[in-house]
Amino acid sequence: MANQDIQVAGGREIVLPLSKAVEISIRSLKIRFGRSLITTSGIILAIAFLMSVWSSSDIVSSLRDANKTDINLLLQKNGVATSDGTGSVSAESAKRTMEEQSKQTWLISLSLLVCVVGIANAMLMSVTERFREIGTMKCLGALDSFIIKLFLLESTFQGLAGTISGITIGLLMTVVLATFDYGQFVFEHFPLTAVLRSAGAAIVAGTSLSLIGAMLPAYKAAKMEPVEAMRLEA
Amino acid sequence: MTEKQAQPAANQPLTEQRTVVRTQGVKKLYTMGSIEVHALRGVDLEIYSGEYMSIMGPSGSGKSTLFNMVGGLDKPSEGKVYIDEVDVAQLDAYELAWLRCRKIGYIFQSFNLIPVMTALENVTLPMVFAGLSSDDSRDKGMDLLEKVGLKDRHSHKPFELSGGQQQRVAVARALANDPAVVLADEPTGNLDLGTGTEIIDLLKSMNEVSGVTVISATHDHKMLSVSDRVVWIKDGQIENIKLRAELDIEVASVEGED
Repeated sequence: MANQDIQVAGGREIVLPLSKAVEISIRSLKIRFGRSLITTSGIILAIAFLMSVWSSSDIVSSLRDANKTDINLLLQKNGVATSDGTGSVSAESAKRTMEEQSKQTWLISLSLLVCVVGIANAMLMSVTERFREIGTMKCLGALDSFIIKLFLLESTFQGLAGTISGITIGLLMTVVLATFDYGQFVFEHFPLTAVLRSAGAAIVAGTSLSLIGAMLPAYKAAKMEPVEAMRLEA
Repeated sequence: MTEKQAQPAANQPLTEQRTVVRTQGVKKLYTMGSIEVHALRGVDLEIYSGEYMSIMGPSGSGKSTLFNMVGGLDKPSEGKVYIDEVDVAQLDAYELAWLRCRKIGYIFQSFNLIPVMTALENVTLPMVFAGLSSDDSRDKGMDLLEKVGLKDRHSHKPFELSGGQQQRVAVARALANDPAVVLADEPTGNLDLGTGTEIIDLLKSMNEVSGVTVISATHDHKMLSVSDRVVWIKDGQIENIKLRAELDIEVASVEGED
């Protein structure tokens, strides 16, 4: 009969307010603020780099599209191929642009990869540090999914915070550097929609990267048997 | 005088009490590399509802293993463990979590409170897992904290509490979902003599007032005087089971041996 009891209750969800998981993960972040700052700074740097590359190409293409003589002169001075009077881009400079672009893609991918590894490493440490806490929660009736939620949320918040700061830093740097090169034209032809689109893409990229980095550690934490957690002496 | 009082209580479990935990020929085998370690070699044990039972034994005797089996934290290699007549081995992860949440309260040697949460939040965490609304769990949590004498400390974090106070919070947390069984793993192991006695008294009074079954693994001899029954484990087998009435006579000699 007691078995039936469990069956019945099993059908009813053990409702786990997401808000509780959010609360716990934010607090875990706060209490380990120093280390989460280091992890976050990895994301900040990677996303700042990504954003600066994207936004500077946004700005340059916006200036090129403006197709004004004085801007074109400045662009050419900075080694950017422009559609000049004849309307054609020289084959050599087009090839150079291609090469540069592939180099940039390579650099971006590398920096993002390093960032994911960094996040995974930090989350693994965070899991190891919290063996006892996780085991206790499982003893108290936490489901695997709750533990996973906890770690993924934590990482997502880190990712979001890092990405937003990264975007701000990257964009600021690009605008400052572009102002040196192109003066007030940057603001006259500021590609707002394109930059916003790049920022959106960077947010998606940064957040999903930190999610990907946290997946394995979260899974490891959730699959841990409560006894194992108890056995470890602190 | 204590002997006379203990007599009826000690006999009670044998006559009419309901079994809350039952083990049948439980064996546990750990394989460490190429070496096989028999932690338990066939344990048959019945624990009755409402009793206070202590499991004693030296470290390495299989005491902790048996304790984990009884608490649904570990599965036997052979034999069966029934908690509330449910075979633990048959449960899936979801049902196990349910069992741990509603039927069993855990108290640990090292308290194991969640460091980022206040005393009240620690007590209400199992209620959150059980799906209680936050208002209900807050009220119930405050009641429990009052019972363990820490109502005015509900907003303190674990590191702001002494060891004894932390263990009191842990006792309140163990009782959060009105479990059938409270499992206490060396609850006094990290406490000094006086605080340890306080925790033992608290557990005993919870046992008497709310009728919750208390199972504790210990080598604290202070536990003996409050236990209804004591089980001694040696080399993965039950060496001895004694009722309190038989114990009172022998406590002196047991302590003398040490």
